[in-house]
Amino acid sequence: METLGDLEVHLEGMREYYRGGNTRGAPWRKSQLQGLLRLLEEREAEMFMALEHDLGKHPVEAYRDEIGCAKKSANYALGSLKGWMSTQKAKLPLGAVLTTAEIIPEPLGLVLIISSWNVPIGLSLEPLIGALAAGNAVVLKPSELAPRCSSLLANALPAYLDSKAVKVIEGGPAVSEQLVQQKWDKILFTGSARVGRMVMAAAANHLTPVTLELGGKCPAVLDSLSSSWDREVAIQRILGAKFGACAGQACIAVDYVLVEKRFSSISLELMKVWIGKMFGENPRESRTMARIVNKHHFLRLKTLLEDPNVKASIVHGGSMDENSLFIEPTILLDPPLESDFMQDEIFGPLLPIITLKKIEDSINFINSRPKPLAVYVFTQNDSLQKRMVAETSSGSLTFNDAVIQYLADTLPFGGVGESGMGNYHGKFSFDTFSHHKAVMRRGFLVDFWFRFPPWNDHKLQLFRSLYVFDYLGVLLTVLGLKKSKQGLSRA
Amino acid sequence: MAGAAQEEDKKLFDSGAASTLVGELRDAFASGATRGYRWRESQLRGLLKMTDDHEQDIVAALRSDLGKPEPESVLYEVAMVRNACKLALKELQHWMMPEKVKTSLTTFPSSAEIVSEPLGVVLIISAWNYPYLLSLDPVVGAIAAGNAVVLKPSELAPATSALIAKLVGEYMDSSSIRVVEGAVAEATALLEQKWDKIFYTGNGRVGRIVMAAAAKHLTPVVLELGGKSPVVVDSGVNLQIASRRIIVGKWGCNNGQACVSPDYIITTRDLAPKLVDALKNELEMFYGKNPLESKDLSRIVNSNHFNRLTKLMDEDKVSDKVVYGGERDPTKLQIAPTILLDVPRNCLIMNEEIFGPLLPILTVDKVEESFDIINSGGKPLAAYIFTNDKKLKEHFVKNVSAGGLVVNDTTVHVAVHTLPFGGVGQSGMGAYHGKFSFDAFSHKKAVVYRSFMGDAAMRYPPYTNGKLRLMKALLGGSILDILRAIFRRS
Repeated sequence: METLGDLEVHLEGMREYYRGGNTRGAPWRKSQLQGLLRLLEEREAEMFMALEHDLGKHPVEAYRDEIGCAKKSANYALGSLKGWMSTQKAKLPLGAVLTTAEIIPEPLGLVLIISSWNVPIGLSLEPLIGALAAGNAVVLKPSELAPRCSSLLANALPAYLDSKAVKVIEGGPAVSEQLVQQKWDKILFTGSARVGRMVMAAAANHLTPVTLELGGKCPAVLDSLSSSWDREVAIQRILGAKFGACAGQACIAVDYVLVEKRFSSISLELMKVWIGKMFGENPRESRTMARIVNKHHFLRLKTLLEDPNVKASIVHGGSMDENSLFIEPTILLDPPLESDFMQDEIFGPLLPIITLKKIEDSINFINSRPKPLAVYVFTQNDSLQKRMVAETSSGSLTFNDAVIQYLADTLPFGGVGESGMGNYHGKFSFDTFSHHKAVMRRGFLVDFWFRFPPWNDHKLQLFRSLYVFDYLGVLLTVLGLKKSKQGLSRA
Repeated sequence: MAGAAQEEDKKLFDSGAASTLVGELRDAFASGATRGYRWRESQLRGLLKMTDDHEQDIVAALRSDLGKPEPESVLYEVAMVRNACKLALKELQHWMMPEKVKTSLTTFPSSAEIVSEPLGVVLIISAWNYPYLLSLDPVVGAIAAGNAVVLKPSELAPATSALIAKLVGEYMDSSSIRVVEGAVAEATALLEQKWDKIFYTGNGRVGRIVMAAAAKHLTPVVLELGGKSPVVVDSGVNLQIASRRIIVGKWGCNNGQACVSPDYIITTRDLAPKLVDALKNELEMFYGKNPLESKDLSRIVNSNHFNRLTKLMDEDKVSDKVVYGGERDPTKLQIAPTILLDVPRNCLIMNEEIFGPLLPILTVDKVEESFDIINSGGKPLAAYIFTNDKKLKEHFVKNVSAGGLVVNDTTVHVAVHTLPFGGVGQSGMGAYHGKFSFDAFSHKKAVVYRSFMGDAAMRYPPYTNGKLRLMKALLGGSILDILRAIFRRS
């Protein structure tokens, strides 16, 4: 159990190590990324077991969303590191002779990463990759609600990484609170909006910049699709992005579906068929779906369904087993919009279908709610696509698929409004943990003599010309051939 | 009687009024009015015209608020706003275009792009020292990015604040762009509201308050703060040129009241007397023997700051270090360019951002020692070095962290729109100027287009070993592995 005094000593030690320049060079950064790759390779089996224990997550899901994904990201960072670290030249206006300007990325210093319980290894390692690639010292606070994963990280990371620069601190809300009160050069937090507010408020005391990866109710808009192939693929993708994404406990999981009333029954039928095919007749036995993380969330979901109007709208599934913390894939048709169920992020394997008169109504529906982390739209209609891009706002927008944007290294992953601020993944991870320093170098040989006081009309005119990059004007004025239009006013 | 009527006229801008204001702007934004190219272009043109048409009024307001000499007003405020508008007008279509990005094997087949969209309704709070520039430069970015804007100029520059309020009302679309004048009460009422972004220029103390208020609504912020921007002067440089460039960055920028002004100098014991002489020479050439009477120096903004600065100068063990200047005129709020040599490390003048015409010089034995001094304080907004020594230059660039660095000059980086202008650590977060302004007020939305073809059954349950192998291969990106996984029987 660490005391506050211990914590401060540790952090000061880490800052000292950072100040010594130990984390700055490319070799160190590469060695950390390679260390992570070795960890992911060598401890894979342990990770599968930890995820199975904490969340009942199937190895394929675990590999797809956490282990494999982190490997991909670490490899991508290794391959791109040189380019990311390089200085970027900045164009200068022509009048600037014997001058260079550039933007140099540098680490921020000592950063804090707080990750969440639902993708406990992935959401710890993805930001860590960025922070290390950018040359920072890092403290990682994994979620205590995924205890095996937390202790795996606490034990393994020091063995594979530079333990003077990377520390894992385990614990619950009290520890998190203590941590955010310290002075960091950056905090990246993944979790709920409620806690996100507290993290930002604490960061404000030290003027610490933050990236907040929060959540929201991510809608899947299901338009009428002409071919049955497309319909089946769309349904599979929606179901995969709900029940196959940690049983709906994912920030980018499909929260609810919007569909035109006349297609709701066929969509529902297709969903029932595919739930059977994908998750089997007995999903609890087949372990194709994760379980609910703990009793608290299980009861939360149970309570949401206890609202009689909500309960009445269940059209498939609905059975729950408190002992195994298992809820089977459940579909609801038009639950009341004012219910708690439709107000908060569901974060569970309950899929509401909301019917609309026209699919275009989905735009207003989405816009009348807080901006979500992701919007998914299944359509072949070009003009609906264009309207969705132009008229809705969300962290990301994906057409004809869901969740897949998480894997892209070239796309920024982050929210807007209530779903968060800042982003990462790929180069965005590197950038989010860097300061882009502007550097200008000048020579002594050339100076515009009229830069200096005392001021007069002549100098003023020269400035005017220079500022509009009017070199002819400058030349003429210097030669005395051009008079100033507006003289210095005699105030 | 007349007094009571006046009181009624002066409406109290409280939380209710602020909430109504935000509501109106939200409606305007929701109507889509600010999103199209035409609106943005028309507002930028309006801003440009406003600045062109009223240059003399702006110069007069700045003279009234700060005693700012006309060339400074024209160069640092008017010209920079004009250039920001012109650049935005020139580049706007390009900035507004989505950026296509490459997609990889893991999401094949797909195409993707990053779309810039406005955040919504944004609040810009500006500062008193460059009151026209620091109000309108961020507005250029906010408008270019398609947002509705509320601007709160600084009450400590009242003539400029009133002028901006009047001109914006006349030249810009008041359904989406508004100015709220006022002081702490008005700022507080505004900060209670929910904004989609807050852009604040000012000091760290208020910056913390702004960020804490923003946290309640999960509003992202840009904070342009300050710090003690050091100048390291090495031997072997042309002292005359170095001095001129230091002087123009210090006293030539609002008489030292600028966030990027050189705050203090560090040089070697050997060089210090020569540097002081060079500075004295050039100062006299620029401002004459009686700088208090020079028309080319801004005055101190108000008596608060005047008293603060005289206190810094007159502190025990500091006042005897004055080697040039020290004259002050409380009636005119003027303080002459003042140089102090070898002030103690721990004194008031070295513990806060000076923001005035006092320039302390610290001396060290070896110039390399200056880096530790700089790094022992908070990261400043800017740091400067004068040297011809290549190794020292590179050491400085690599090891001094600040918003921006300039080698062999001061402050000029502020005018380069291809460089991000912002702080780090205590000097701020976020950046702007040029395209960085547009980006600061935009949300970068990832948009992915997938087709229904080429679906991988391996993505979905039921999960099998075969699927796991294939997935490993696909995420690993090796074609050979992928082929092996597909063709191997499980």
